[in-house]
Amino acid sequence: MSVSAFTPGSSDRDQLMQQAVKGRSLWDDARRRLLRNKAAVASMIVLATLVVIALLGPFFVPYAYDTVTKTDVWATPGTRGHLLGADSLGRDLLARLFAGLGVSLGIGVVATAVSLIIGVAWGAFAGYIGGKVDEVMMRVVDTLYSLPFIFFVILLMVVFGKNIFLIFLAIGAVEWLTMARIVRGQTLSLKQKEFIEAARAAGLTTPAIILRHIVPNLLGPVVVYVTLTIPAIIIAESFLSFLGLGVQAPMASLGTLISNGAKDMEMAPWLLIWPSATMVVTLMAFNFIGDGLRDAIDPKDR
Amino acid sequence: MLRFLSRRLLVAIPTMFLVVTLAFFMMRAAPGSPFINERQMTPEVQKVVEAKYGFDRPLYEQYGRYLADVVRGDFGPSLKYRDKSVLDILGENYRVSLWLGLSAILLASIIGVFLGVIAALRQNRSIDYATMAVAILGVCIPTFVTAPLLVLTFGSILGWLPLAGWGWTKVAGIEFPSWKNMILPVTVLALPQIAIISRLVRAGMIEVLRSNYVRTARAKGLPESLIVRKHALRAAILPLVSYLGPACAGLLTGSLVVEQIFNLPGLGKFFVISALQRDYTVVMGMVIFYAALILILNLIADMLYAALDPRVRLS
Repeated sequence: MSVSAFTPGSSDRDQLMQQAVKGRSLWDDARRRLLRNKAAVASMIVLATLVVIALLGPFFVPYAYDTVTKTDVWATPGTRGHLLGADSLGRDLLARLFAGLGVSLGIGVVATAVSLIIGVAWGAFAGYIGGKVDEVMMRVVDTLYSLPFIFFVILLMVVFGKNIFLIFLAIGAVEWLTMARIVRGQTLSLKQKEFIEAARAAGLTTPAIILRHIVPNLLGPVVVYVTLTIPAIIIAESFLSFLGLGVQAPMASLGTLISNGAKDMEMAPWLLIWPSATMVVTLMAFNFIGDGLRDAIDPKDR
Repeated sequence: MLRFLSRRLLVAIPTMFLVVTLAFFMMRAAPGSPFINERQMTPEVQKVVEAKYGFDRPLYEQYGRYLADVVRGDFGPSLKYRDKSVLDILGENYRVSLWLGLSAILLASIIGVFLGVIAALRQNRSIDYATMAVAILGVCIPTFVTAPLLVLTFGSILGWLPLAGWGWTKVAGIEFPSWKNMILPVTVLALPQIAIISRLVRAGMIEVLRSNYVRTARAKGLPESLIVRKHALRAAILPLVSYLGPACAGLLTGSLVVEQIFNLPGLGKFFVISALQRDYTVVMGMVIFYAALILILNLIADMLYAALDPRVRLS
């Protein structure tokens, strides 16, 4: 920009030269592209804010999510110290919203982790071994794919009781299928690469090759899919909660809040509107980040 | 075609077998007896009741019998409704769901194709951005959010449409559902599908409009509207055909919520009620029914796809 950059011998020029030499890695490129995507950056800020709110928010509300105040039943927003109003039991909506957001995000992350572990292990193993093993393993995935899973999850909840860990497990176990397919496809192309051959020539065992050389190289597509799985899981959990099969009272998730809000919406519309708005903002943030990441990491899809 | 069909049916058999097996063992793994909630029974009476349903036999024998019954199309009796079989219950409740599902998929296809084509023809202009923004919203907002919000707006506040319920009206001897009751549930069901379909069609259309044969058609001097209708659209809606299978699965899930919220006497509502009442045989039967339905719909979608696209060879 300044003339000095082109003056021979100036320190600015040396700096410029060094910059020119420094290469850009794939991830540098991806980060650059991601940061140029306004919707994705805005969504990351929104999401970070939501996470902070879910973690710290409860400390700033004078009520706990399960404090029942009989005198405050149906308190309208802004009255009696309830910023967003209170519900049919006089519980503060803001406190419940913070707690519910935390539960929903938490379930999203934990269940995604479950699906990630199963999916990556399954897909990488099937893809790397190949042949008959691959065929059988992927046929299992195909078969499970065509099951109406939500019905089985409902069944599971009814049969084994409404247990929060079971929700994690059930939803995570459902969501690993797509992950396994993506990972397998990537592994198939990765294993033809020279560095895998080199690893094999160096005498590494199959599990070691999968763990140390295949899995780290799967990061790109997996990260993209993870950001799309979390909202899917939040929806699934809320769906169960909506049917009365998810998180149990007095604990709240966004789904139970929406469900309760829908029951009381004529009496107190704010009970429906605030949780719904929070849910939509959360889901949209994840979706934009996911789309942005896909465009950034996998530019050929643009 | 015949070979494709038989191959697909062969793949469907292990899937259905898995469904039946999973369903059966989940039912039996449930703690307690399904009859425990009923009026207090003496142990003797309970034994008689359990014997009536074959619960006193060894597990593998029960499993074998259930499998054989299902193959013959018998899903057993309901545990909660006296003198009713699972098939009776399915038969009584399927009509509402069928009407809802068909209307929703029809509406979603028409609006989705229309929006997708418009967006593709005006690519990167404001109408394209508006359509795709709506599409993103449609994908992001789940049915259990849209349903109560629409009821609140059009039912409670504006008072234009009924809040819930279902009615039949007879026209020329055939029973039709009343349209006022249909509008909100069908809209809620169709919205996410409209979003997905319009994205699919837009992407397909943009690709097709760049293809060589469309360029040829333009070079011949055909009017643009004719090119879009006769040449481009046919190829652009192909992805929609293969999406119809998954769409129906989505509608089935959506109908669980919609029938619950609008209090509609359909299969989805009955499924949830039966699950909560622990009417195991009914729930099992419905899971198997849903699984079979999804398999068949996917098969039909694939065959339709091959019939419409001469480039696809079934094998």
